[in-house]
Amino acid sequence: MTAFALASRTRGHLLFERNIMVYRRAWMTIFSGFFEPLFYLFSMGYGLGHFVGKIHGVSYPHYIAPALLASAAMNGAVYDATTNVFWKLRYGKVYDSMLATPLGPVDVAVGETAWAQFRGLLYAIGFMVTAAALGAVQSWWGLLALPAAMVVGFGFAGVGIGVATFLRSWQDFELVQVVLLPMFLFSGTFYPLSVYPTVLQWFVRVSPLYNAISLVRSFTLGHVTWYCPLNAAYLLAIGVVGIAVARRRMAGLLLT
Amino acid sequence: MDALIHARGLTKQFGSITAVAGIDLDVTRGEAFGFLGPNGAGKSSTMRMIGCVSPPSGGTLRILGLDPVKDGSAIRGRLGVVPQADTLDNELTVKENLVIYGRYFGLSRADVRKRADELLEFVQLSERADSKVEPLSGGMKRRLTIARALVNDPEVLLLDEPTTGLDPQARHVVWDRLFRLKQRGVTLILTTHYMDEAEQLCDRLVVMDGGTIAAEGSPLELIREYSTREVVELRFAGEAPEIGEDAFGDLVQRVEVLPDRLLLYTDDGDALVPVAHERLHPQSVLVRRSTLEDVFLRLTGRTLVD
Ligand SMILES: Nc1ncnc2c1ncn2[C@@H]1O[C@H](COP(=O)(O)OP(=O)(O)O)[C@@H](O)[C@H]1O
Ligand SMILES: [Mg+2]
Repeated sequence: MTAFALASRTRGHLLFERNIMVYRRAWMTIFSGFFEPLFYLFSMGYGLGHFVGKIHGVSYPHYIAPALLASAAMNGAVYDATTNVFWKLRYGKVYDSMLATPLGPVDVAVGETAWAQFRGLLYAIGFMVTAAALGAVQSWWGLLALPAAMVVGFGFAGVGIGVATFLRSWQDFELVQVVLLPMFLFSGTFYPLSVYPTVLQWFVRVSPLYNAISLVRSFTLGHVTWYCPLNAAYLLAIGVVGIAVARRRMAGLLLT
Repeated sequence: MDALIHARGLTKQFGSITAVAGIDLDVTRGEAFGFLGPNGAGKSSTMRMIGCVSPPSGGTLRILGLDPVKDGSAIRGRLGVVPQADTLDNELTVKENLVIYGRYFGLSRADVRKRADELLEFVQLSERADSKVEPLSGGMKRRLTIARALVNDPEVLLLDEPTTGLDPQARHVVWDRLFRLKQRGVTLILTTHYMDEAEQLCDRLVVMDGGTIAAEGSPLELIREYSTREVVELRFAGEAPEIGEDAFGDLVQRVEVLPDRLLLYTDDGDALVPVAHERLHPQSVLVRRSTLEDVFLRLTGRTLVD
């Protein structure tokens, strides 16, 4: 699916293979950031939720769980796509050595997107299993939350890789955080869009995370509508644009 | 003989800097071809264009009969590249570096494991197979990079300054391996700013300076054409005396004045030494054979390694 399909059609799957080689030994490190959405589920969902009551007839933990699942997929994907790709591009010379082989920039961009998406999926699965065990998944539609998380991961992985090629120093990661944190807080994660004035609502609707949350939430709550394919198309589109940008930038930076 | 590398008027421009200013090259199968030149001569820029990781700014370039811009991926699949700076994967072990690199070339997992073991043997790194890359010495890293470049059994091996920064012993180990590859018929293209390396390894070389080729030939041909058989080097306690080209008549063909010594180019060093002693009263005198260093000095007016 998504980047995995692209990776198997290009030589991108070889980057995936390389990353598996690396993480085979360091698999523990992949779990950094794994527990963050769970902490939110406990503190906000069950703690704060005690005072909130229901939203649209849904208990508070059930309401925020899909949002946290989408955020988990986003965090895993973005973390890998920015931090790891930046390091490999600027310091590790990992791509320099790859480009001396039959691999080209498109393989690198696609392969790393697939890997970042995979990391996002791992986080999503971890969160899903825990949330389901706690009874925070209400519908059989919830099973579709994982494929949805892959689409989410793809969108953010692609954008993340595109962004990574523009980062010049570790300081620039502050800027990534400046975007990510408000997006996490204001994308309909903890309360519905209807609390915002209309103008602001449209602003939030273009947020990638809003689309991600909307998609995942539709499945876990079983409210599947024609918004779902729109949300998915939006996420796929930004992912593809991100990959295309990354391919061009990497060629410009490495093939001088 | 088919030309593996064929270039006419090849140029490389970085903004306003001209790194390679229109060079012509033909490298044939099985030869060891060298670029000899100082830092900034344009050697790496040329090598990167041949390695299909740097698009030429002008001129024609054909590699293995193919166009590097259109068929870059296919060409790279048949080349082995040792870049100037090692680009080993520090997150992987020594053997994993070879395995994954072979996979990049499309080798099967089983084939590449076997190949990796053979190559580690060849570059004498079998004992370090499971070690990380970071703690390896400079010479070991260089050998691993060479092994990595051989993983796809390349038709042409590109080596950009293969021994720069290595101590003499490590250099000899690398030279020995390269010599064996040459005997096996692998086409070697290397750059160096060491004249001894060029003399040892290259069948044919070009002297490169300021992005252009100043001369071309075998090391012997170049020395014969641009220098004399012998050189008398004179050192002085103070400043070297000013002398003209014809100060010694027919005995000396050419004089080079360097900051610390005087070089007299001659075909008969033994005859020249007593005369030079008597006339110039040098502190020390050395007679040696001409080298590529002298060729370079003659062609560019500068020394190769400063
Ligand atoms: N990526 C680059 N951007 C700008 N200038 C470059 C770049 N690479 C090389 N140059 C310049 O091109 C010239 C030739 O460099 P190079 O090919 O590395 O020479 P050599 O390998 O012989 O030392 C130098 O003046 C160098 O500064
Ligand atoms: Mg160089």
